Amino acid sequence: MKVPFNWLLEYVDLDKDINEVAEKLTLTGSKVEEVIEKGKEIDKVVTGKIIKTEKHPNADKLTVCQVDVKDEVIQIVTGADNIKEGDIIPVALHGSTLPGGVKIKKGKLRGVESNGMLCSEAELGLADEDSVHGIMILDENTPIGVDIKEILGLNGGVIDFEITSNRADCFSVYGIARETAASFGCELKKLDLTFNENSENIEDFLKVEVKTPLCRRYMAKMIKNIKVGPSPEWMQAKLQEAGVRPINNVVDITNYVMLELGQPMHAFDYENIEGKKIVVKMAEDERFTTLDGVERQLDSSMITINDAQKTIAIAGVMGGQNSEVTEETNTIILECASFDGVTTRLTSKRLGLRTEASSRFEKDLDPNLVETALKRACHLFETLKVGEVVGGVIDCYEQKLEPHYVKVSPKWVNDFLGTDIVVQDMVTMLQRLDMEVEVKDELIIKVPTFRQDVKIKEDVAEEIARLYGYDVIPTQKIVGEAVEAEMTKEQKLIEAVKRTMVSSGLYETLTYSFFSPKVFDKINLSYDSELRNVVTISNPLGEDFSVMRTTLIPSMLEVMQRNILRDNKEVGLFDIGKVYLNVGKELPDERYKLCVAIAGDVDFFNLKGIVENLINVLSVDKAEFERETENSIFHPGRCAKLLVRKRYAGVLGEVHPDVLENYDLETRVYIAEIDLATLFEAAKMEKKYKPLPKYPAVLRDIALLVKDEVEVKKIEDIMLKQGKGIIEEIKLFDVYKGKQIPEGFKSVAYSIIYRAEDRTLTDEEINKVHNAIVKELEERLEAKLR
Amino acid sequence: MREKLQQIKEEALLKLKECQNSQMLDELRVKYLGKKGELTTILRGMGQLSPEERPTVGKIANEVREEIEAAIEETLKQIKQREKNLRLSMETIDVTMPGRANRIGGLHPLTKALDEIKEIFIGMGFSIAEGPEVELDYYNFEALNIPKNHPARDEQDTFYINQNVVLRTQTSPVQIRVMENKKPPIRIIAPGRVYRSDTADATHSPIFHQVEGLVVDKGITMASLKGTLDAFAKRMFGEKTRTKFRPHHFPFTEPSAEVDVSCFVCGGTGCRVCKGSGWIEILGCGMVHPDVLRAGGIDPEVYSGFAFGLGLERIVMIKYGIDDIRLFYENDVRFLKQF
Repeated sequence: MKVPFNWLLEYVDLDKDINEVAEKLTLTGSKVEEVIEKGKEIDKVVTGKIIKTEKHPNADKLTVCQVDVKDEVIQIVTGADNIKEGDIIPVALHGSTLPGGVKIKKGKLRGVESNGMLCSEAELGLADEDSVHGIMILDENTPIGVDIKEILGLNGGVIDFEITSNRADCFSVYGIARETAASFGCELKKLDLTFNENSENIEDFLKVEVKTPLCRRYMAKMIKNIKVGPSPEWMQAKLQEAGVRPINNVVDITNYVMLELGQPMHAFDYENIEGKKIVVKMAEDERFTTLDGVERQLDSSMITINDAQKTIAIAGVMGGQNSEVTEETNTIILECASFDGVTTRLTSKRLGLRTEASSRFEKDLDPNLVETALKRACHLFETLKVGEVVGGVIDCYEQKLEPHYVKVSPKWVNDFLGTDIVVQDMVTMLQRLDMEVEVKDELIIKVPTFRQDVKIKEDVAEEIARLYGYDVIPTQKIVGEAVEAEMTKEQKLIEAVKRTMVSSGLYETLTYSFFSPKVFDKINLSYDSELRNVVTISNPLGEDFSVMRTTLIPSMLEVMQRNILRDNKEVGLFDIGKVYLNVGKELPDERYKLCVAIAGDVDFFNLKGIVENLINVLSVDKAEFERETENSIFHPGRCAKLLVRKRYAGVLGEVHPDVLENYDLETRVYIAEIDLATLFEAAKMEKKYKPLPKYPAVLRDIALLVKDEVEVKKIEDIMLKQGKGIIEEIKLFDVYKGKQIPEGFKSVAYSIIYRAEDRTLTDEEINKVHNAIVKELEERLEAKLR
Repeated sequence: MREKLQQIKEEALLKLKECQNSQMLDELRVKYLGKKGELTTILRGMGQLSPEERPTVGKIANEVREEIEAAIEETLKQIKQREKNLRLSMETIDVTMPGRANRIGGLHPLTKALDEIKEIFIGMGFSIAEGPEVELDYYNFEALNIPKNHPARDEQDTFYINQNVVLRTQTSPVQIRVMENKKPPIRIIAPGRVYRSDTADATHSPIFHQVEGLVVDKGITMASLKGTLDAFAKRMFGEKTRTKFRPHHFPFTEPSAEVDVSCFVCGGTGCRVCKGSGWIEILGCGMVHPDVLRAGGIDPEVYSGFAFGLGLERIVMIKYGIDDIRLFYENDVRFLKQF
């Protein structure tokens, strides 16, 4: 909310500059978004009176003006068409400066001397280029030769505040003034609410009926003999500084009071209120044209203001065109009411129409503010001679909101804040916020109705803390029992996974948790896969982000695609992220998966090596790889599943060419996806020392001829089984196909390391085992010794 | 004969001096000391000497032999040294050529920053808690003092799964889950993903990370909140960092504050990063609202606590001068390699 600084100073006597005030208010809880000093750059711009206009001899669209700026009469050429002799206007003199650092100098326009410039509101930085037409015409009583900044109140600047949802009372200049007074410890001036009424009574002209409790209070005053016209210069300037466009004196007064006190108001043309009756009720389904000329669809969740026949306004949001104040208006009904915040907010949301009024009502205004605001408006109608206030008032106020009480002990406040504030200081601070305090064992605080946010003792503590100064509260360590901080087993293991991945040369990625349901087809996932059973977002940003992911593979492929297309050739990436599995419960099963992807000068075994490293680092118990031919994401001949204690723990392989094609990838990509929980269950965190061998090892090489389809794992299983516990290690050192090897066969060569823990093995012993191995291989796998 | 020995000795020493390599040295050894060498030949002629002369000449002969042997040894040493020096000079390499190493990858910048934050809080006795990202409305809003139709629900545009289930908009629901499962003293941080229905642009992302903190115990005060976060800021951004606590409003804390740190780029004098103010807003915090403690099953008359939440992306962006939040989720290797 924009608060013009000079306007603020009307309510508090304060000798501080705008930045000091902004800083102080920030520290006491009114957050400043920005300090805007519009007039700061304006220099040597004064008021002047046009005493003579002539057509420019050489240009149709230009006018030559003689302008009286008090000390002299100067000649200025202008292109504006809205000026006439006698107008008082802002004049930028020779050598003057305008906002944005624009310098004005004398010169010739089409051969005629011009000694300055007549200014528009836009040129003075008061309004947007589009919203103004022509030169700014000032009130006819404006003195001439005076600095325009003084006339328009531009000396002060504007503070833009962020108003939090709990502080509706601060959504006004007067509310901020109250905070200012409390912050600096100075006095808040009272508003002049006095006015005279005629002898008539509004009740003879209007009946009001409130049919919904969502309208907490409805007040109305009548003003007659209205003279619609522009509002005074000072009021227009203040409205503009606060970001509200002046319209006419009637509307301007309602807006002025709204800005000043935070209470929106509306003026109806009395002639257009049929049946001389106002009814406040829930809307019916209908189309209704608001003041801005837009036809809108209403429904029964919205409150409307009606006359005997028709809807005339959407409560708290905007009035209707059918009862708008016009130049012909003679009598108005001033509505001042309090509407339910949630209802107003939802109405404004549903209509896509957020107004100055609705943004205030939605914060739930104090119904007792209604009366103050209405009086203030009547005071202005009278003093500005806009109309005559009719006697009497209509006030529908079923449940009067009374001040409430909060009790708090000063000791508790100090214990809670960690401070040492004396009781009297607490009392003074609360009084500055218009709270009445009775000091007994506890403080008994009477909270004004505009502070509905102060309900419990913690709220009071906050009021005291912010006025005392958060910066003055001491800075202490946490006292009390020491707490043991330790990472859980899962957290430690995840750290270990990350370290292993990084040392394998991979970079970590982070990807979105949701994706498009179309990705399942894109990765060739079988139709009956349970991964297609997703958790769906009901209001997604678009189909591409509409379901929670059940696998990391699609996002990883996208990242690979992006990198490879950008010519990042050798890519190795990993992602540790959650998948969200729909298990038919209220909340999905969220599980951490590890996804690894590599491409470039690599093959399946580089990927497998990374997974094997991981298994070793985590000491995963009973991990084995098995051929996987069923997973349609992968190349059917180059895919393995990882089993841990016989349970499925993940998959690794070369991505199927169809899938690569779907991702526009021309290079082979190798991907693994591993379920970390399954892996972690079998991870042995405690390591045990095994004595280093005391007895020598014996190495025997063996070369076999086997059929192509025989997996080396089968050979190794036989070796280990026959090894009778004296095989320490088996190393595959060669697989060969080609010359001297018949079609359909391959040669595999192993080194077998024999060793016993407790003795030196004899040749005889080894031969026995070795021969048994050979025999078994021959019998079971039709292997031939080479 | 004596003269002859003397002559051999002088000749041998002279030749050894001229000897250039180990091959020449071998030849000289054979020539003088070998079985058919000159010295051996002379010694063989000792028989012709008189018995009186024999010991004297024998002695001289032995001396000559020893002297030649010593000289050969010495020359050999010199030759070896010379040959080694030669080899070393031949083996000179260009040390400015690039090195060879195993490729080492790297962690995502957000992970790195989070690791730093975790380490700081673990050092202060905090544990790490986690909670679900697909969360019940109750934990994300109701229990945090944000009832249905509360304006704060609008401020955090929410993704819904259904009426009761949302993608959490903040890490704060973890507070309630922790309190439900653990009695005070509680000291946790809960890092994780949160979701807001914002279309991605340079400064918005529908997914980002928060780090939540919660401390609950007897005698926890606003002063301890200030002390903890001030210590965190100093360790995270440098010992000279100052903090500024500004009053603010959050439904789940009372009193509430926003915390600025003195700009870690300019040190507080004002620069582009802090928009000239010298301060950077990094987190929101406050004393846990009694309603929230009650929702977690903790009696606010006995215990008090504080909570805080910071946005990870924002801190990392400011720290490294990253101007587009989307870079974090694009994962271009050229980006990832920079951290």
